[in-house]
Amino acid sequence: MAQHGPGDLELIGLTKSFDDFTAVEPMDLTIPQGSFFALLGPSGCGKTTTLRMVAGLEQPTAGQILIGDTDITNTRPHQRNVNTVFQSYALFPHMSVMDNVQFGLRRRGDKDAKRKAQEALDLVELGHAGRRKPNQLSGGMQQRVALARALVNRPDVLLLDEPLGALDLKLRRQMQIELKRIQQEVGLTFIHVTHDQEEAMTMADSIAVMNAGRMEQLGDPAALYENPSSTFVANFLGQSNLLAAHITGTAGDGRLTADVHGHEVLVDAGRVPAGLRDVWLGVRPEKLALGEGNGVNELKGTVSDASFSGVATQYLVRMPWGMDLTVVQQNDGSARARLGDAVTLSWDPGHEFVLDSAQDEDAGVEHVVVDG
Amino acid sequence: MPAWSTWSSMAELAVLSGGTARPPARRANWVPYALLAPGLLWLAIFFVAPMVTLLSQSLQEGSVEAGYTFTGNWQIYVDALQKYWPQLLRSVGYSAAATLGALVLAYPLAYYIAQKAGRWKGLMLVLVVAPFFTSFLIRTLAWRTILSDTGAVAGLARSTGLTDVLQAVALTGNDSLLSSKFAVIAGLTYNFLPFMILPLYASLDRLDRRLVEAAGDLYATPWQGFRHVTWPLSLPGVVAGTLLTFIPATGDFINSRLLGNTQTVMIGQVIDSQFLRVLDYPLAAALSFILLVLILVLVSTYVRRAGTEELV
Repeated sequence: MAQHGPGDLELIGLTKSFDDFTAVEPMDLTIPQGSFFALLGPSGCGKTTTLRMVAGLEQPTAGQILIGDTDITNTRPHQRNVNTVFQSYALFPHMSVMDNVQFGLRRRGDKDAKRKAQEALDLVELGHAGRRKPNQLSGGMQQRVALARALVNRPDVLLLDEPLGALDLKLRRQMQIELKRIQQEVGLTFIHVTHDQEEAMTMADSIAVMNAGRMEQLGDPAALYENPSSTFVANFLGQSNLLAAHITGTAGDGRLTADVHGHEVLVDAGRVPAGLRDVWLGVRPEKLALGEGNGVNELKGTVSDASFSGVATQYLVRMPWGMDLTVVQQNDGSARARLGDAVTLSWDPGHEFVLDSAQDEDAGVEHVVVDG
Repeated sequence: MPAWSTWSSMAELAVLSGGTARPPARRANWVPYALLAPGLLWLAIFFVAPMVTLLSQSLQEGSVEAGYTFTGNWQIYVDALQKYWPQLLRSVGYSAAATLGALVLAYPLAYYIAQKAGRWKGLMLVLVVAPFFTSFLIRTLAWRTILSDTGAVAGLARSTGLTDVLQAVALTGNDSLLSSKFAVIAGLTYNFLPFMILPLYASLDRLDRRLVEAAGDLYATPWQGFRHVTWPLSLPGVVAGTLLTFIPATGDFINSRLLGNTQTVMIGQVIDSQFLRVLDYPLAAALSFILLVLILVLVSTYVRRAGTEELV
């Protein structure tokens, strides 16, 4: 990494192995100062281990951790200007909320601890709760205390370990917005570990998707969604229809032709990695339109399932070769299809992504349908 | 049943059943009392009754041969205190020293078993309890052998200068270890150590290690983490352990008899000999009561000071 800012967090070849398996494969990553960064992946992918290494709670097997130019790899947790919001909150049950928030400042001998702690509590809208004990607060309030307790120290890096995991859906959505607001207000580097792709996408400036100890892809949420670099990312971030396709030739206008089960479709040439012939052609459900397009990229099928959710209707459309494609139709007033209707699906060339067919099409599929 | 208590039991029921208010279940009202009954009966027969007997015994006059008559004369308490206050004070002092010693020995051990022992946990707990498989008396007698002048411990203590230190602080009178304050306190410490270890273990085993991690994450050095998180959260165990050690140790008479000398007589030893040798039942009963009250006062002050109710 040639250039980096004074407060960037840099991981160089960071590795963690336990006795019989490697939790984190050598990982290189630079997280710019002041960004909201998400480490996203299914459980057991090594994201929490990575976080704990940054916090100093886990000793890396190899590699380095730098903040700016300072190597903190071999320092103890209390020597690092890094704070964590733990998944379990880990609030000290024998101390008042105020004492919890002051804890870090006190350890550093901050004379102004009380005022700063009060400010931090005000920031998370718990200014009135300072005298209470953690167990007198609701889960959402405890979560905010944990956040205030970490924030108040103005760390170089703030680590959040699935901080919203224990909250119910509504509260979680609310806290996502809150967290983002607070991060923008204080301007600290946040590293957020989560398995919830929606949470990562709504909050983070950039996301690193991890799988089985490796970083699969790094980028901003839109780039990851529109241009996944692997079937794992394609399936883990939102839904994807992966069509087995074969590139057959060029069609001019920067397009290639491809064969999908005997149907010719057009593909944006820029989206096909050089030299690939057998590919997965990925189309997101909301990019598929119900009804005929401009005469290109049309597939015919039968509606095998329709579920209406208010904002949109999700259809499963059975293709002649037996595959179900997922289609999302916005509730924009257009005619809804019924079960058993013969329909035509279409999409615009350029709305697809193309992956190597050697990859497992089911990688990263979260909810496996039970047989029967 | 007055109205307020009906309402409060309704409220309790509502809480127990997850907040859905249901009409009070009349049938269930006697269940708590039925569950309490055997224990209460036991306490009445084997605790309250002997206590009453003991109190009345202390206020009787007479002799074993002539029989006793109740006079209600409280003077015996004044006499007993005047005569035996040094033994009473000494008992409290020795017991406090032994409790402190046991705490210092037990805490690291309990911490290790609870937090670090892993699969050896069970075995180590069995080893802690193992001394209970032999009698208290035998164990204390064994200490006479351990501390004897010709033994290895005494030899080591002499060669390392420990005996000189002990003499300097008046825990021993000469360069032998046996028959001294030191031996009595050491014996008490040893005999009651498991009662200290087990509650401490229970407390430390429940300690959430993530809290200690969080303290480290918030710039606490390992020592500060211990002082601000581990120690306060283990206080319930510390209080339970010190009580379980201090209370029986104060009334103990085996250690002072077998390991001490005439200058280390504890109050338990006095009560024992008044009851069984001198046969002065009223005095022995009065001393028992004084000891009981003394311990109650000390313990309740201590528990209030420790303020454990805030921790739960």
